[in-house]
Amino acid sequence: MAALLEADKLEAFYGPSKVLHGIDFALPEGGVTAILGANGAGKTTTLRALCGMIRTGGTVRFDGKRIDGRATESIVRLGIAHVPEGRGTFAKMTVDENLRLGSFTRRKKAEIEADFEHMFAMFPRLAERRHQQAGTLSGGEQQMLAIARALMLRPRLMLLDEPSFGLAPLIVQDIFAILARINREDRVSMLVVEQNTALALELADYAYVLETGRVVMSGPADEIASDESVRRSYLGY
Amino acid sequence: MELVLQQVLSGLATGGIYASVALAVVMIYQAIEHFNFAQGEMAMFSTYVAWSLIQIGMPYWVAFGLTLVISFIGGVLIERIVLRPLHRAPILSQIIAFIALFVIFNSVAGWIFTYTIKPFPSPFPEEPIFGTFISTHQVGVIGVTLVMLGILFVFFNFSRIGLAMRAAAQNPESSRLVGIPVGWMTALGWGLASAIGAVAGMMVAPIVFLEPNMMVGILLYGFAGALLGGVTSPTGAVVGGFLVGVIENLVGTFVPFIGTELKLTVALVIIVGVLTIKPSGLFGRPVVTRV
Ligand SMILES: Nc1ncnc2c1ncn2[C@@H]1O[C@H](COP(=O)(O)OP(=O)(O)O)[C@@H](O)[C@H]1O
Ligand SMILES: [Mg+2]
Repeated sequence: MAALLEADKLEAFYGPSKVLHGIDFALPEGGVTAILGANGAGKTTTLRALCGMIRTGGTVRFDGKRIDGRATESIVRLGIAHVPEGRGTFAKMTVDENLRLGSFTRRKKAEIEADFEHMFAMFPRLAERRHQQAGTLSGGEQQMLAIARALMLRPRLMLLDEPSFGLAPLIVQDIFAILARINREDRVSMLVVEQNTALALELADYAYVLETGRVVMSGPADEIASDESVRRSYLGY
Repeated sequence: MELVLQQVLSGLATGGIYASVALAVVMIYQAIEHFNFAQGEMAMFSTYVAWSLIQIGMPYWVAFGLTLVISFIGGVLIERIVLRPLHRAPILSQIIAFIALFVIFNSVAGWIFTYTIKPFPSPFPEEPIFGTFISTHQVGVIGVTLVMLGILFVFFNFSRIGLAMRAAAQNPESSRLVGIPVGWMTALGWGLASAIGAVAGMMVAPIVFLEPNMMVGILLYGFAGALLGGVTSPTGAVVGGFLVGVIENLVGTFVPFIGTELKLTVALVIIVGVLTIKPSGLFGRPVVTRV
């Protein structure tokens, strides 16, 4: 399968300190890839590096074209939607306005309106709260809004940073079921960062394990999930 | 009682001018979290542009429209050329840039147009159409202000770019993640603020006469209005501006020792009062310093 996104010796820096030490990975078109690892391993930093939100080294190719060093907004325009850590909703704006902002790069009114309906069908809770400020939503609803806003870009690739963080197990189940559906039905490729390893390995086809800014192992998700020694040494469960 | 009503009405007219200046100040404050001290001088310069266009024979409203366009472009250019290169620089460098802009506009205006005061035309008739209570120009100022505020309200709430500008001011990082070019939104904000200031300048010039220091006092009132309403709230800034206009007039009329000479003190009292009693203003949220 041709890689949709390819990172080669990717490095990332916060000021002078290097936190990613040259990692390599490839995301297949249409697939779900997981990045796992303990707190502080560099998972969030990896996603931020792909979107040009911090200083990087190495190369990143999307669809065969170099995107490293480009401005975030121009990377986003290629169809890469990032659902950031902490969700990044516009707290003082309504649900409706958040979704409208998600469609900022698009111009075809009819298609955008159709996508609004699509989102409200997928997330009925958001439809009920359409005119409410995003800051007043519950954690689960905010995560749904963040995902829906990312989808309004009509992305080819979605980067998800700990979509389960801080949510009740039942809501997490819902959200992961929806992500699986989006991947299957809308053919959106995904890169999911998670500390909830079991859940992520269920959704993903392939996984990379990070430790202090390095890839320490990778493989098909089901193999990693069934390899007890890997789980013990790297994933802690 | 009639005197009170009259003072309130004419307070609303000057208040409209303060409201415009306050709005311009708040728009830039929201984008960059600093006050643009040169806002008034930019408005004064815009008014000279309008004056020059009228001098060469342009009809008033054509000159008015063209001045808005020129001011808008000028505001965008100032952001791109002067402020953008400084946007990661320490606060002090930015403040120095504002002061430099202030001095440059002031002295260039003095150099080109001299410091002698010039009459500036009002687009509204001189006959008192609305009775002896309030001059036609004052009613016109209130009208122009309200129309401008209406247009801005529609722009910020119902247009794609207006929404993106609000988003960029609220949450720059998330804005980039939906593809908004945040830097350009700031530049557009400067353009709009500059055009709003131009309206204020053209409306106040027939009253105070045109000269390079015309906007210094007005800017102080604009700041007072912005602070009173809350520097984080555009609506608050507008309400604050109108309130300051009314307060200024009532105090000037009814507090005997203040009169017209000490009126400027009113602005200072409001500024100091708000900062000590309720720094977030009437409509603002508390300002939390980002760490
Ligand atoms: N803004 C920052 N400034 C400096 N160092 C940071 C910053 N954010 C994260 N780091 C450091 O980078 C490393 C990786 O962090 P992060 O990518 O957030 O980890 P993860 O998402 O896997 O928990 C950590 O050592 C963390 O301390
Ligand atoms: Mg993280």
